Amino acid sequence: MSAPVVTDRDGYALAVADDALISAQRMGWWISRAPQLEEDVALANIGLDQLGQARALLASVGDEDELAYLRDERAFRNVHLVERDQSDFGVAMVRLLLFSAWQSELYAALRASSDPTLAGVAGKAVKEVAYHLDHASRWVVRLGDGTGESHRRVQDALEQEWPFLDELFDGSWLDSALVDQGVAVDPAGLRDGVLARVLPVLEEATLTVPEVSPARGGGRQGLHTEQMGYLLAEMQHLARSHPGATW
Amino acid sequence: MVTTTTARDVAGSVLDPELPVLSIDDLGILRDVTEDDQGRVHVQITPTYSGCPAMETIRTDLVEALTTAGYQHVSVEFVLSPAWTTDWISDEGRRKLEEYGVAPPAPAGADGPVALTLSVRCPHCGSVDTRESSRFGSTACKALWVCQSCREPFDHFKTL
Repeated sequence: MSAPVVTDRDGYALAVADDALISAQRMGWWISRAPQLEEDVALANIGLDQLGQARALLASVGDEDELAYLRDERAFRNVHLVERDQSDFGVAMVRLLLFSAWQSELYAALRASSDPTLAGVAGKAVKEVAYHLDHASRWVVRLGDGTGESHRRVQDALEQEWPFLDELFDGSWLDSALVDQGVAVDPAGLRDGVLARVLPVLEEATLTVPEVSPARGGGRQGLHTEQMGYLLAEMQHLARSHPGATW
Repeated sequence: MVTTTTARDVAGSVLDPELPVLSIDDLGILRDVTEDDQGRVHVQITPTYSGCPAMETIRTDLVEALTTAGYQHVSVEFVLSPAWTTDWISDEGRRKLEEYGVAPPAPAGADGPVALTLSVRCPHCGSVDTRESSRFGSTACKALWVCQSCREPFDHFKTL
């Protein structure tokens, strides 16, 4: 247990925003690369929803462009689940299943936040995320209960992603006063709800819940995996190379 | 106040850039229009989807329409709460959508998860023998469907 690094409303909003923003950036990678044209469109739309959620939250903290394009890696508070490479379609769908199940629970709870922006964003987002969760669930079932090859690959994806689930429920980075004040949601309290959404999907998909140790985490503290640097380089290079550019 | 009604009429007649048969009033995204005694107009609109790229265009179109109508000071504010729902699309809006070839959304109901869509009527031939081809369509708000009777693809405004 480390000391809480987030003690105010803005820090919390940034963490929620960064998860959505970085996931959106990974979703955008799939445009022109998905297994079928409809999937290009679907993942682009899902990324767009996430980007919209992130923008509303970032704008409530400061200048959204500066926060997205000019912050250094250590200032980003997103979890490791969303930042790592997802250029395997099975990984992308398993991760979206875990992430959208978690976002569903988080946003449902955040609708009651005492902070009007957090509550407002959550009220919109909870309905959008229901579509994301449904989309990921259908793919995971189709792949898991599909061919031998698709089952093997999506099981591998699950083994790879599962260790990163725990970080979503770690609340040691968050000052408990924010939860007590009704601003933030206690991350630990979301675990049962998330598993209740995910486990039936895995069962229908004939997948086995991995027995793996949790990954180390650290994203909320600004400690990221190697792949975060490459992601930010791509996301930020235009704004940094051409300050103030418009088109 | 007569002038407020007029500013609201001007604002309400702005068209959605993605579905140019619908006004923002038909869509139910125009929340409030107020005018103060200095002639300043303040418009509140609510986004359909969080990331809907049409919102910026609508903001620009609102300012232009109201400025053209003689209002010199126009501000547009996005309000998130209460969250927009497809239930706010007017009956007139639903009729226009169907005429335009987009199947209107089913009732969202209160606070449920994704609504179960039993069948969507083909806006071209009226058949209910249709199937979803892709849940995500050309914009965030639409899904792609295919009619098995007339074989035509069509957009379905997703229930939200």
